[in-house]
Amino acid sequence: MTDAVVEVEGLSKRFGAILAVDGLGFSVGAGEIFGLVGPDGAGKTTTMRMLASVMRPDEGHVVVDGIDVLAHPEQTKRHVSYMPQRFGLYDDLTVDENIRFYADLFEVPAELWRQRAETLLAASDMTRFRTRLAGQLSGGMKQKLGLSCALVHTPRVLLLDEPTTGVDPLSRREFWQILYGLRAEGVAMVISTAYLDEAERCDRLALLHRGRLMYCDTPAGLKARMPGAMLEIASPEPRRLRDAVQGLPGVEGVLLVGIGAHVHVDDAAARLPQIAQALAAAGVETTRMETVAPTIEDLFVALLERGEKAS
Amino acid sequence: MRLRRVRAVAVKEVLQIVRDPRSLMIALLIPLMQMFVFGYGVSLDVKHIPLCVQDREASQASRELVRHFGASRYFSAPRPLAGQGEIVRRLDDGTCRIVLVVPADFSRRLNDTGAAAVQALVDGTDSNTANIAANYARAVLSAYSAGLRLDTVQRRGESLQTLSPVDVESRVWFNEDLESRNFIVPGIVALVMAIVGAQLTALTIAREWERGTMEQLVSTPVEPMELLVGKLLPYFGLGLMDAAICLALAVFWFGVPFRGTLFTLFFTTSLFLLVVLCIGYLVSVSIRSQVAASQVALLLTMMPTVLLSGFAFPIDQMPALVRGVTFLVSARYYVHILKAVFLKGSGLTALALPILCLAVYALVLVVLAARAFRKTLD
Ligand SMILES: Nc1ncnc2c1ncn2[C@@H]1O[C@H](COP(=O)(O)OP(=O)(O)OP(=O)(O)O)[C@@H](O)[C@H]1O
Ligand SMILES: [Mg+2]
Repeated sequence: MTDAVVEVEGLSKRFGAILAVDGLGFSVGAGEIFGLVGPDGAGKTTTMRMLASVMRPDEGHVVVDGIDVLAHPEQTKRHVSYMPQRFGLYDDLTVDENIRFYADLFEVPAELWRQRAETLLAASDMTRFRTRLAGQLSGGMKQKLGLSCALVHTPRVLLLDEPTTGVDPLSRREFWQILYGLRAEGVAMVISTAYLDEAERCDRLALLHRGRLMYCDTPAGLKARMPGAMLEIASPEPRRLRDAVQGLPGVEGVLLVGIGAHVHVDDAAARLPQIAQALAAAGVETTRMETVAPTIEDLFVALLERGEKAS
Repeated sequence: MRLRRVRAVAVKEVLQIVRDPRSLMIALLIPLMQMFVFGYGVSLDVKHIPLCVQDREASQASRELVRHFGASRYFSAPRPLAGQGEIVRRLDDGTCRIVLVVPADFSRRLNDTGAAAVQALVDGTDSNTANIAANYARAVLSAYSAGLRLDTVQRRGESLQTLSPVDVESRVWFNEDLESRNFIVPGIVALVMAIVGAQLTALTIAREWERGTMEQLVSTPVEPMELLVGKLLPYFGLGLMDAAICLALAVFWFGVPFRGTLFTLFFTTSLFLLVVLCIGYLVSVSIRSQVAASQVALLLTMMPTVLLSGFAFPIDQMPALVRGVTFLVSARYYVHILKAVFLKGSGLTALALPILCLAVYALVLVVLAARAFRKTLD
């Protein structure tokens, strides 16, 4: 990509015996929302930190906005906003004071930041709480304040580490509305998330596992990579269902979901009767069985399993 | 260095300080308490030093001499000792700090030559007390000799005018009444300032690490020097308040005479404050836990100040190597300055050398503190 704002190549970071990030490479363009997804300890936070140049990589290159981050770690900070996974604002300062603090650090002209703060707080329905201490905000409001602080200067790159963890669905919607607005303005965004429905909203996704980039594609592109089909089986006893189905020929994986289980098979038409038979033999009660479109979660479980087998 | 960022950090820090009334109270009460605790606890005033006498002559003259010692408020009632063995035993078990030995030929020599020597054995384990005891003994002896001389003159029937008076009295300068408190209290001010100053800043960086605010802070363009200055400014103000409390107590409560100018005091105190604030900051930068940072800062300031600043133990009596080390102890200069400003009324020019040392010290620490802070998480 020629207009890449963030370019990562061969990025590695080791903590003692743990290789937290292992030869990562990707690029993010202007106006792109790039998702980092992966299980706990996959290396998402470590990657974010190196992009924000608050941690030095052991190996690799990071170029942000045309500037080599390793060679000039301070120069990129002016145009980058980083929102850490752990709330990084001051509990004993009010909403306004926190915003003002970050506006001052980024030397945003007074007129501009006042106006931006107004807009940002209104967009996240926070205007009422401007004089409240940050420590007395709910988890969701804290995250929205974090975003407001991160956006009070006009960053070209926005790094968000699990910004919506612990945020209620309504606030999450507001959050994403703001991100879409930024996308229209051409901000490059890297966002890590534990919510896979959120991953679906990203323009492109990178699946991290044990510090390695397993797959990187658009959500649709990733789904197309999933071979076979997904069966949804509704059942009041999903665990017994899983035990009965796992290991049957053609079954690639079983994922428990709210109403029962998603079963990944190589061929829906051929396997459906076999599975129904096996369940009946095991005496597992089922209420419904049908082919469904895979969710991102199914996809990742499937892809991770395949990756595991391959390596 | 951008002024706006410095101000932002300073304002933020002030808001945090005033919103934490408990810490604020502690910051202002601790020096008050320490002044009292140290002021009374460490007072080296030496009165009623246990005195033993071995009078080998037991003549009228020797008894008169012993009576002089007994009349002095510096010494306890003299306790007579019999033999050499008892002297050692008494000094060993501490029932006696100074032994006066009057030789058997005391009055004969006095009559024949007009001069006689007595021996004073002083327990030197506590060098301060030893010094003071020896000085007191000398003072008592010279008062006694002055009396003798007067007697002689009158006996000879000469008029006082014809005799040129020989002043053998050793005068103690600047602290005429030999109140050791006057020496010690300025030292205590330095001690309290060192402890409190470093404590003020020891938490400031460690707190950001502990509360998780550092990660976002280091991702901004803020420069280490801006952070340092912004964070030191509020604590500098607080430290000056602490200094005012300590110095006011020294003068108005402990009654130490103040002969210098307020400006000299303010100037030198500011320098010392800068040094100790930087020490606290350096500790805070290196240790990311508040509790540990606070303890290390306490150790780093209290130990050298107590042991090596000359506040309790005279520097000129230390072994050469240790004396060399004292030059690295910032409190050494401040203790010296404070004593001089208080008791001698010294001004900036008289104190140019220690002030220069303190200024160099401060400069080095500021540079170190700004450099020690790295804007990374590893
Ligand atoms: N500062 C550190 N010191 C030592 N090990 C670390 C450090 N930071 C991360 N690790 C280790 O590196 C690996 C990757 O951690 P990282 O925090 O990047 O994962 P993550 O994907 O953000 O996980 P999570 O979803 O839990 O936030 C983990 O095994 C973690 O224990
Ligand atoms: Mg993480």
